[in-house]
Amino acid sequence: MPIRTEPVTINLGPQHPSTHGVFRLRVTFDGEEVIDLEPVFGYLHRGTEKLAEERTYTQIVTLTDRLDYESAMSNNLGYVTALEKLGGIEVPERAMYLRVISVELQRIASHLVFTGFFLQELGTFVTMLMYCFRERERILDLFEMLCGARITVSYMRPGGLTQDAPSDFWPALNDFLEDMPGYIDELEELITRNEIVLSRTRDVGVLDPEVAIDASISGPILRASGVQWDLRKADPYEIYSEMDFEIPIGATGDCFDRYIVRLQEMRESVKIIKQCVDKIPDGTVKTDGAFFMRPPEGDAYGCVEAPRGELGFYIVSDGGISPYRCKIRSPSFINTTMLRDMIVGGKMSDLIVIFGSLAVNMGEVDR
Amino acid sequence: MELGFRNIHAFVSGILPDGLEWIAFSISGIFLALVVINALVGVAALYTWFERRVLGRFQSRLGPNRWGPFGLLQPLADIIKLITKEDISPNSADRIVSTLAPIALLVPAFLVFAIIPFGTNSFLGDLNVGVLFIMGVTGMNTFGIFMGGWGSRNKYAMLGAMRGVAMLVSYEVPMALALAGAVLLAGSLSLSGIVASQTLPFLIVQPLGFLVFIIAASAEMSRAPFDMIEAESELTGGYHTEFSGIKFAIFQLAEFMAPLVTAAILTVVFLGGSRGPDLIPGQVWFILKALAATFLLLWIRATWPRLRVDQIMGFAWKGLFPLALLNIFLIAAEIQFFQSGGIEPIGVSTLLIMSGINWLVTGIAIYILANVLGQPSLQPKKPVPSPLANMYAEAE
Amino acid sequence: MTRALTGGELAVQINDNFPNTVDEYTDISCYIQSNDLPKVARFLKETPNLNFAFLRSVSAVDYIDHFEIIYHLLSMRLNLSAVVKTKCPGREDPCVPSVVDVWRGANLQEREIWDLMGIRFDGHPNMKRIMLWEGFQGHPLRKDFLR
Repeated sequence: MPIRTEPVTINLGPQHPSTHGVFRLRVTFDGEEVIDLEPVFGYLHRGTEKLAEERTYTQIVTLTDRLDYESAMSNNLGYVTALEKLGGIEVPERAMYLRVISVELQRIASHLVFTGFFLQELGTFVTMLMYCFRERERILDLFEMLCGARITVSYMRPGGLTQDAPSDFWPALNDFLEDMPGYIDELEELITRNEIVLSRTRDVGVLDPEVAIDASISGPILRASGVQWDLRKADPYEIYSEMDFEIPIGATGDCFDRYIVRLQEMRESVKIIKQCVDKIPDGTVKTDGAFFMRPPEGDAYGCVEAPRGELGFYIVSDGGISPYRCKIRSPSFINTTMLRDMIVGGKMSDLIVIFGSLAVNMGEVDR
Repeated sequence: MELGFRNIHAFVSGILPDGLEWIAFSISGIFLALVVINALVGVAALYTWFERRVLGRFQSRLGPNRWGPFGLLQPLADIIKLITKEDISPNSADRIVSTLAPIALLVPAFLVFAIIPFGTNSFLGDLNVGVLFIMGVTGMNTFGIFMGGWGSRNKYAMLGAMRGVAMLVSYEVPMALALAGAVLLAGSLSLSGIVASQTLPFLIVQPLGFLVFIIAASAEMSRAPFDMIEAESELTGGYHTEFSGIKFAIFQLAEFMAPLVTAAILTVVFLGGSRGPDLIPGQVWFILKALAATFLLLWIRATWPRLRVDQIMGFAWKGLFPLALLNIFLIAAEIQFFQSGGIEPIGVSTLLIMSGINWLVTGIAIYILANVLGQPSLQPKKPVPSPLANMYAEAE
Repeated sequence: MTRALTGGELAVQINDNFPNTVDEYTDISCYIQSNDLPKVARFLKETPNLNFAFLRSVSAVDYIDHFEIIYHLLSMRLNLSAVVKTKCPGREDPCVPSVVDVWRGANLQEREIWDLMGIRFDGHPNMKRIMLWEGFQGHPLRKDFLR
């Protein structure tokens, strides 16, 4: 006699430990297998784009901190890049070096958060999370030296930075740069060749390069699929064209590759920061400008390689003190496009791992 | 005077008039059970402190260190907090089942301790079918988990409970087979008998059995890497998602008892129980060995990620089951060979020869199994850049 | 360095294949007729010397008398970028053909534009609100949305 079974629909979230904030997945299970999935967005929607229309250009910097709260520096940079493109503002060279240093530090911090939570979702009982947060803490301390804030930094301004780095920042940064490669080695020893990690992540959630490009997926997820594309190389902004670094890519585009690509990116970031520290010139870090910027009428799209992918700001100016329209191209949001296709057919545990490997940040998805 | 059943019974029956033997019997039994259960709850509470401190060290943090010396009073604070919390249960929950679930999970853990020989004469009861009793009683926690999942009418809980039943039932098989190896060697089902026969700890004589047992036991108490019943990152807590207050406290107690039970069984069956040099009493040896075993279990828990459901089940049937069978056949063949005809216990020198063979076979078996079950395809491949993108391109 | 295709260069390419689709062009962008959007999109994606396979972003701007949809395109193979715009007149039920068939990456962004700007995309497989809940009155990113 066949057993009568029926699919079960479970609301994964908005309150769930593995949804990285308030995100809801309406999942239909057939036993352990996922047969349908629908992401439900909007629990953290704060209307940043509408708010930006009411703020002056400088004030918007603080709004961008709140987008992807794990990489506020990169958001700052993305916004000021677009604005400088729109207004044709020149940035002092020292400011550009400091920007690159802080953005790369932020990339390391963000990838550390990813690694910790990814392993947490694989089921290591908080251990890897603590290891990763231990190192991230030092980066946040460095940020505190730079601008007084740890998470919502608001460090960058159109045309420069809020302030120069204090003198005790440099020795602290050098200490960190000396320790960081060892930390990454430690992470790699603990994780990369672990049989359980491999069997949980290998060939899970595979994304082909064609599909990834078609679905506008960017950042480490795209590179894990074997597409060697990084805006820092393809369209160098700030002083990346003078830096010597590699763009790591993955072989198959599965969850493991997404992890290993991020791990290698951390090493490259350390390399970039070291070069910046060696080369940084003296000088000022800000340009004098009116407090109320009035960029000329027109529109500009500026984008940077944020830790989660291509972060773009499309700013339309009508010549006033606040933008007419400020559209944010957030990588996390667009990276969830393929969520359903990647997960359906897998097991419940795969769902969590695949979703974790995308490393979406709800502040950015819902904006 | 030792606090044993006979002494208490003699004392009570001395006070009571003749003809009331059954009262004396019950009073002394209940008294002793009370002492042991309360002591166990106390030990389990202390163990929570130990576990959290050790986990803290593993995770490069401090662990509870505020209340009392080294935070030793932290369990007390937790218990007070949990007891004073409101007991919330979902509207549609099956009240009876969900109330009974924590009890059904806790009782087997206590029952096991009834027959654990802490020392040469320190035990509540010495069953001559001790190993069978252990297998039967520990198998019962499946009911507790399923009742918790079913009774709370929560989909997460139900999913966890379903996983739990499948896993616990599967892992009982290799666990029982691993114990059977020890029983064969000891020639006795009684735990005291097993301890007495370990002139050489069975850990050394049958490493394969020890490995299978410790893996299966990790699964039986659903700890990492087999913690998919709770699977905090997937099921938000699994079968005890909907429990709060004292019910949750009892679930937690049962959960923290599980490594203690496992460590006790491990100590008795594989580490030689209370045997050890006479410098310190046997009970202390027992506690030290059990602590070492819990530390090992904690280490596993703190380090490894969780396996997926199908991988867990596959590992039980394709990995542990053959290993356990191999262990039994090996031990049986060796006993047949070395002890042909005789009934006298096997000497230490013979045991050493056996352990030599067993270590060799264990190494070979694990190597073969790792290459059969292990997936070489999982090893990282060399990445090749896709032709779809060329970030160095300079378009005209 | 990614080279940005000027509106003029793009307009020549498009006009060669689809006459009268390009309305006007500026230095950075080129306006095309909204009705021709899907076939122009497919042309931009599949022509070997353009190969715009990556849709960076879809944005919508409310210019009171009309809406403007902006497609930022990127060719990863040729390291080339372009901006295509289309105008969408009318405030009551403005409608543009969807490009989800060409670029899957447009899926969520077009839903977001429908939700916040109120522009419907014809042919989108799942044209529902995304950030706000079903039943929300109005579209907040419009300039005439009352708080």
